[in-house]
Amino acid sequence: MTPTHRDARDPGTKGPRGLGSRKKERIDELAATAGASGPVDEAGAIDDTAGVSLIASAWRRLRRSPVFLVGLAITIAFVVLAIVSSWLAPHDPGEWLLYDKVSPQSNPIPGPEPGFPLGADDKGRDLLSRLLVGSRQTLIVGVCATLFGLAGGLVLGTLAGAFSGWVDSVIMRIVDVMLSIPSLLLAFSISAVASRPSQWTLIIAIAIVQIPIFARLLRGSMLAQRSKDHVLAARALGVKKSAIVLRHMLPNSLGPVIVQATLVLATAIIDAAALSFLGLGNPDDRNPEWGQMLGRAQTYIYDHPHLAFYPAICIIIVALGFTLMGESLREALDPKSRR
Amino acid sequence: MTTTTPETARRDPRGAEPLLSVRDLTVTFKRQGEDPFVAVDGLSFDVRPGQTVGLVGESGCGKSVTSLAIMGLLPDRGNTVTGSVELDGRDLLTLSNKQMRDLRGSDIGMIFQDPLSSLNPVVPIGRQVTEVLERHKGMSRKSAKPVAREMLHKVGIPDPDRRLTEYPHQLSGGMRQRALIAMALACEPRMLIADEPTTALDVTIQAQILALLRELVEEMDTALIMITHDLGVVAGLCDEVNVLYGGRLVERGDRHPLFHDPHHPYTGGLLSSVPSLEGDAAERLNPVPGSVADNLPWTSSCAFAPRCSNAIERCREETPAAVASGDRVLRCFNPLGGQASPAESEEDRR
Ligand SMILES: Nc1ncnc2c1ncn2[C@@H]1O[C@H](COP(=O)(O)OP(=O)(O)O)[C@@H](O)[C@H]1O
Ligand code: SF4
Ligand SMILES: [Mg+2]
Repeated sequence: MTPTHRDARDPGTKGPRGLGSRKKERIDELAATAGASGPVDEAGAIDDTAGVSLIASAWRRLRRSPVFLVGLAITIAFVVLAIVSSWLAPHDPGEWLLYDKVSPQSNPIPGPEPGFPLGADDKGRDLLSRLLVGSRQTLIVGVCATLFGLAGGLVLGTLAGAFSGWVDSVIMRIVDVMLSIPSLLLAFSISAVASRPSQWTLIIAIAIVQIPIFARLLRGSMLAQRSKDHVLAARALGVKKSAIVLRHMLPNSLGPVIVQATLVLATAIIDAAALSFLGLGNPDDRNPEWGQMLGRAQTYIYDHPHLAFYPAICIIIVALGFTLMGESLREALDPKSRR
Repeated sequence: MTTTTPETARRDPRGAEPLLSVRDLTVTFKRQGEDPFVAVDGLSFDVRPGQTVGLVGESGCGKSVTSLAIMGLLPDRGNTVTGSVELDGRDLLTLSNKQMRDLRGSDIGMIFQDPLSSLNPVVPIGRQVTEVLERHKGMSRKSAKPVAREMLHKVGIPDPDRRLTEYPHQLSGGMRQRALIAMALACEPRMLIADEPTTALDVTIQAQILALLRELVEEMDTALIMITHDLGVVAGLCDEVNVLYGGRLVERGDRHPLFHDPHHPYTGGLLSSVPSLEGDAAERLNPVPGSVADNLPWTSSCAFAPRCSNAIERCREETPAAVASGDRVLRCFNPLGGQASPAESEEDRR
């Protein structure tokens, strides 16, 4: 790994330099944004008017950010498409409508014709319908993988952040080991272990890779909460430890986790495509999914690149949407970028 | 009459047993690669039921550390606390974490300097008050709600029904501090510690909050430890004032004698800077010339010597002992106004 400016900037970070430590630094930077208190007063300026909540002030900045708005528009369009695609699609995406036109030697992929503007795939199914309906499975894969990863990360991160000492050490050791493995390699290994690949093995493999990221992120922001005044004030009232963790620390640590979840939606969809491409996708293709469509298009990539091109473009646009939204959220919540 | 025992509990003229009795409280922080730092050094004082006691001194003199040590809220690691803190004869320093949790909020309440950051931003005010009642009074959330409402009303929050459901950012600074006072007093503790409760507020709001505190502790007969860097704050509030410098008590006295006739040069410096109409702001910000960075070690001198207008040669060579004389305690070789000095050093005592 070549060292980057990130590595050079922070000599305090322990451990070997490399992919893992860059990943960790990025997570820790994001976690630090949870430590930021509300609207920042100029030094010494005290005003006795009611303040503005962090979310309200973040929203005010986001509303004027074109990057965020573009990301939001793409995301909304994608979700709406996923919901209405079944009615929008001209044909059933699973039906072998043009199968009689398919001949393995001369015409493996039927071209466009009236009623089938993008042609069909290798089984004679309407490509446009498959692309449209594919948005639904893609959304399901992205959301489920993110939710499972988030849930696992919340549990581990809360445990680690709530208990210092050996619980924290053990969890973080495991998390750091997982983080040091390149994420695609880890997802590949996990799904390769599954005896029968399916959509769910795919989702779980992608989710597991996200768990350590969410866990480290949440632990970091919970640690920042531990030294907060309101946590001290709650302790001064004798509030029980469980309530301190669940009511006073956890909810205030979620900001960076939500930002990360938005970004993970993008990576999950891309990872699903990558795993399908590597042959670990869902073998059942009656319900199309963009990553799966892309993965299967590799057989025909030289003579019929459009089969790969369309789902790839869809994936890129959607991933871009989530990423733009996530990055602008991160910036809006980051005190360093605040005016 | 001069006694030679330092800082012993003075005999209360009213005969009441002290509610809280701090003896030789010493808090030492370990520092990496440096000598340990003694933030509070052999501090002793008493608080009787219903009494208001001030702890005064400039920033960094150990006021907050003292209050956190009493509350058992210092970090788990990196410090040692010695001495004793007896509440009704029970030494708080020997209690378990659980026993302390049961005590905090029900027997001792505490309010902090910054009312905004001391409230949980994502939980409505009402919920934050009922939380204490549920915790210590075993109430259900539903039955605690009218009590919380009553409490908000008591601390002067207008329209408490609406405020119950509001979030901290929707309240002004003064209202937030009132809400925190409501939480701290919800279970009617016998003792309240207020750590610079008005420092983060505007001047007009400061006066309101102080008046409220005074009214509440009188009404509920709560003992109050009032912590501040501003002698002006304690002027109207405290029965007794303890002046701290560099972690040690340098002077103690009842409010009137101390204000009218300060003996310790540091107390004198603080008093001359109490804001008055003609007081100029710059002078107020730096009441005593120099800074704590100039301090000498207490172990072999008077820490205040480099900044002291009355310093004599002896001040840099010996440690002045805290000497009790009636209700006054003084730690100084050359007090203001040429008082007959007990002129005793800690070295003499050994
Ligand atoms: N957790 C801690 N670790 C190390 N030093 C501390 C810690 N808390 C306070 N101190 C030190 O103890 C001294 C007294 O602090 P504090 O009681 O907060 O002062 P103040 O009188 O302004 O409230 C300061 O010099 C501070 O740096
Ligand atoms: S002992 Fe000396 S240096 Fe210290 S306060 Fe008294 S006169 Fe000043
Ligand atoms: Mg303080």
